[in-house]
Amino acid sequence: MMGKPNLDVFAETLLELASADRDVLAVTSDSRGSGRLTGFGQRLPEQIVETGIAEQNVIGIAAGLASAGKKVFAVSPACFITARSLEQIKNDVCYSDHPVTVVGISAGVSYGALGATHHSLHDCAVLRAIHNITILAPADNLETREAVKYACCAEHPVYIRLGKAAMPDVHPEQEPFVVGRAARLREGRDVTLIATGETVPVALGAAEALAQRGTSARVLSMHTVKPLDEAAVLAAADETGAVVTLEEHSVYGGLGEACAAVLMRAGRCVPFDILAFPDEALVAGSQREIFAHYGLTVEGVAHTVSRLQQRRALRAD
Amino acid sequence: MLTDKELKVKSLVYRASTLQLIVRAGAGHTGGDLSLIDILNVLYNRVLRVAPDRMADPDRDRYVQSKGHCVEALYTVLADRGFFPAEELETLGRYGSHFIGHPTRAVPGIEHNTGALGHGLAVAVGMALAARMDGRPYRVFTVLGDGELDEGSNWEASLAAAHYRLDNLVVIIDRNGLQITGPTEQVNGLEPLGEKFRAFGYAVRQVDGNDVVALSSALESVPFEAGKPSLLMAHTVKGKGVSFMENQAGWHHRVPTAEELQQALGELAAARRALEEAQ
Ligand SMILES: [Mg+2]
Repeated sequence: MMGKPNLDVFAETLLELASADRDVLAVTSDSRGSGRLTGFGQRLPEQIVETGIAEQNVIGIAAGLASAGKKVFAVSPACFITARSLEQIKNDVCYSDHPVTVVGISAGVSYGALGATHHSLHDCAVLRAIHNITILAPADNLETREAVKYACCAEHPVYIRLGKAAMPDVHPEQEPFVVGRAARLREGRDVTLIATGETVPVALGAAEALAQRGTSARVLSMHTVKPLDEAAVLAAADETGAVVTLEEHSVYGGLGEACAAVLMRAGRCVPFDILAFPDEALVAGSQREIFAHYGLTVEGVAHTVSRLQQRRALRAD
Repeated sequence: MLTDKELKVKSLVYRASTLQLIVRAGAGHTGGDLSLIDILNVLYNRVLRVAPDRMADPDRDRYVQSKGHCVEALYTVLADRGFFPAEELETLGRYGSHFIGHPTRAVPGIEHNTGALGHGLAVAVGMALAARMDGRPYRVFTVLGDGELDEGSNWEASLAAAHYRLDNLVVIIDRNGLQITGPTEQVNGLEPLGEKFRAFGYAVRQVDGNDVVALSSALESVPFEAGKPSLLMAHTVKGKGVSFMENQAGWHHRVPTAEELQQALGELAAARRALEEAQ
């Protein structure tokens, strides 16, 4: 079923949590509208801290609040909060170990034609290289709700990466959301598609298309980019023999390279490819158009899988 | 409570211990440690409501040292106040030690990890805001170097401090006039600095930052004005207390030789004798 934008679910969940616990705070950089927190500000004006357009200040103040026992969500566009305030995240939050949740809103290319200033294709890469932060990129409304609840009681820093497109429900109701454990959304034998965030529905669509061509694809929602579920990545290689990753991020340093490293270090040299944005100035367009341009589509994924299968067949000969 | 005279003696003892610590470790920020030490002396012996057994008390005062590189002075004072045994400082800078060249929370008594400049003030603002929200009585003190005021993040944090009317926040500037390259006014002019802070919404006072009596009376009278963050411009001398180190940018992070250490300790001992003989 089609759900809401994950951003809306984040805001609803935060309001619920904050209504029940006055220590739950939002810190915003003139970004309460973008973060869907205008209602939060009206309902709980004592629990929102506004810094104005000052992202470094958002993180520094959030760290100070968290040090005094507050459960702080620092909410700002992913492009700014993980770049301009990166040193504050590294030192004041992660190194000092104050349990702030950094919420990067409208991540990846959610801002589409607003251009490179507003894209965050680097956030997973830079945060993966910083010790002491969990990176969550929920796919659907359920994963978003659970990610926010997890972060609220986490004892260490968390980054939640959110898009703003309406997302279909993908996470099975009966399967618990466990941080650090991939959610298996579809079983398959011939290839595994490991996707994260708003690319998960693309992977599911591709699996459906591949099924019609006789290829059975496993689909994982890798909602936790760090710590990575290495066992699920290795099982994908061992049990399906080929892996394709999908992410709304630079090809450098994100989910794809993380999975590649797991496979290579374990000596699993299966056919493998990364679907992400190449190292170039991205084409202008909406999120959907940018996805299409770089092959993050049902057809693009199916094509990549076929190519891997040919390669595997050639190797077998 | 120490008398004024005992407090002055403490400063001399702290100076000697800090220099010995730097020489033993083979590294340290000598000049800034010596300009800062009287401020730390007054904070930890007269002003801060903290103690080794109070660090889990939510009502304890907070101290954030934004100029983290002057950690040797802080270690010296914390050891003297019983936060950890002074012998542990033997490991400063050694393999596996948690006593490193900048403050970290691994060391008892330290609230926040610093080292990159321009970070402490925003964190202190957050701590002060939390006190306000919870109706807690604690105050937050932070010391910034003057060189680090080049960082724009300080001015973002200052806007917020005034906007939220944080009169439980006390910002102390170690105004020694020097940074690593030379005089602050030559590197990137800061003056009129007091007027700038006043314009940003602080209640500003000036003090001789190497005079423990003047520092005490200033810091014991915070907030300087209800509804405003307090800013104490502590005019200090980099390298204070050792004749050949005073006002020399070259002593920013130079380590004294054995001979220089002996000369410095001799000067400090003489100052102590003079102090103890005086009425
Ligand atoms: Mg200076």
